[in-house]
Amino acid sequence: MKKLLIALVSLVPALTFAAGSNVPLESANIDLHDKASLERGLDLFQKYCSGCHSTKYQRYSRVAEDLDISIDDMKAKYKYNDSKVGSLMENAIPAKDAAKWFGATPPDLTLVARVRGEDWVYSYLKGFYKDPSRPFGVNNRVFPSVGMPHVLEELQGVSEPVFETQQIDGVEVQTLKELTPATGGSMTAEEYDQAAKDITGFLVYSAEPIRLERESTGVWVMGFLFIFFIVAYLLKKEYWRDVH
Amino acid sequence: MVKNIVSWIDERIPMTATYNRHVGKYATPTNFNFWYFFGSLAMLVLVNQLLTGIWLTMNYVPTAEGAFASIEYIMRDVEYGWLLRYMHSTGASAFFVVIYLHMFRGLIYGSYQKPRELLWLFGMLIFLVLMAEAFMGYLLPWGQMSYWGAQVIISLFGAIPFIGDDLTLWIRGDFVVSGATLNRFFALHVIALPLVLVVLVFLHLIALHEVGSNNPDGIEIKQNKDENGWPKDGIPFHPYYTVKDILGVAGFLIVFCYVLFFMPEGGGYFLEKPNFEAANPMKTPEHIAPVWYFTPFYAILRAIPDKLAGVIGMGLAIAVLFVLPWLDRCKVKSIRYRSTVHKLNITQFAVSFVVLGYLGAVAATPVLTIVARIFTVTYFGFFLFLFIYSKNEKTKPVPERLTH
Repeated sequence: MKKLLIALVSLVPALTFAAGSNVPLESANIDLHDKASLERGLDLFQKYCSGCHSTKYQRYSRVAEDLDISIDDMKAKYKYNDSKVGSLMENAIPAKDAAKWFGATPPDLTLVARVRGEDWVYSYLKGFYKDPSRPFGVNNRVFPSVGMPHVLEELQGVSEPVFETQQIDGVEVQTLKELTPATGGSMTAEEYDQAAKDITGFLVYSAEPIRLERESTGVWVMGFLFIFFIVAYLLKKEYWRDVH
Repeated sequence: MVKNIVSWIDERIPMTATYNRHVGKYATPTNFNFWYFFGSLAMLVLVNQLLTGIWLTMNYVPTAEGAFASIEYIMRDVEYGWLLRYMHSTGASAFFVVIYLHMFRGLIYGSYQKPRELLWLFGMLIFLVLMAEAFMGYLLPWGQMSYWGAQVIISLFGAIPFIGDDLTLWIRGDFVVSGATLNRFFALHVIALPLVLVVLVFLHLIALHEVGSNNPDGIEIKQNKDENGWPKDGIPFHPYYTVKDILGVAGFLIVFCYVLFFMPEGGGYFLEKPNFEAANPMKTPEHIAPVWYFTPFYAILRAIPDKLAGVIGMGLAIAVLFVLPWLDRCKVKSIRYRSTVHKLNITQFAVSFVVLGYLGAVAATPVLTIVARIFTVTYFGFFLFLFIYSKNEKTKPVPERLTH
């Protein structure tokens, strides 16, 4: 018992450590039923992100169908290349060139919300700050030494970092405390939060397009199973009456 | 008409006799409790894995270039492909949940003891093959954790002296995990191991029906027969346990479908987050953790400082279960009539197993490594203590007939 207690107590710090990163994330609170938001997210993603990042596991036509966008609108507003509307959403730049320009190929983002979690994506979009030591002049709060520029800078503007000095193992270390409100963008802070949320929502959708249908099917399945359980219970009781 | 057909068949193969022997007139103890659901549930999950596996194979592409994309193709473009895939992935975890509970049942009621040693050995072989089957299946989605998990586990064979390096090369078919590894794992996962599994399950059932089922009282119902030679505490498997197992199936499906439809990632334990990123041999994930059902053994591996000793420790942790029927020298089977020492020992074993499972899933820290060492000792301690005290154990009197 004592051993168990010691074990349990010692596990508490491990739990937080195991998360990998101790940067606090902001809640995105994505609502996948808000199709207008998802469509705005698609629009922003196509404008600002799709030049380098593909979402190559999904198709334009499927996105149009799921987000209640007409095929004509999809073709006219959101599809920038001459591929068929039923084709996969590849990006414009060849992977080899991208690797040369950025040092690494920009990753495909179809599933990023499942890899990192929606709160991470949202915090990442809001996490850029000025850092002259980086090649593109910016760094990211949740992705230190990020390899990409702040492509949404014209919308958000740019934040300044606020550092604090901390003692870690007896050594003074400068750690990032918070970011100042961004300045110089075309959007207000609220508008940018919404834009970041729209993009995040679109990425959460594209990571698992079936999610809403899965959950609504699940409700019916559970309902059936509860009834089935009661029937099975009554059947068992009836058969077993003569045993005890 | 039906009668004629049946007798026509019975004159050629023993259909009715086989049905009676294994279902219709198989004498089953009256007092099976909750723990006895998991055998039939394991069969259900096996069938689920076989059927969904066949349909997944129809659209899966077993190449390093195409595997990851084909999974997303199944998830997005194949009609109900998402359902098949989640049934299969949730089924893999459910298989281990059910099997671990089934094994624990055998442990507490002494179902491995004479005359059921061979039954237990077949069961252990099923467990071993199931682990290989799950390990190879986990490589197939070709995600980051598939790739690096396989890399780590296969490299363990490299710790074996002299032949280690050649052995890992032989398993992988390449110097690193690659398309060649994926191809062979696919072949083994969809044909070789399922065949072996089905044969072993068949042998497990034949062995069970030969010696008869144990029960929570751990006494042999065959020793008390009525004038017709039917055990006084026995009831035919059908219809009594078929209807009862249907109830078990309903209960199981409620939990299974809840996970499947509302949390198919199982909190990142059934489908690990890094596995949604395609395998990249140039990028090692921050924290490589095997899937949850391997973590108790993985924790033992990590707890032992020397690599070879760790591999041996991990192997022993499984091997020692095989010889359990000969380590337990007590004549009383069920935990109900055994000593307090035995009850405590089983409890500490269950706690050790769960804690090791947790430790194997999280990143190792110096403190946690010490904790893992303690529980590795208690894990093996269970078997050592059992061997020592079971010879002259103070047991309670065992009843003549089943109690409840």
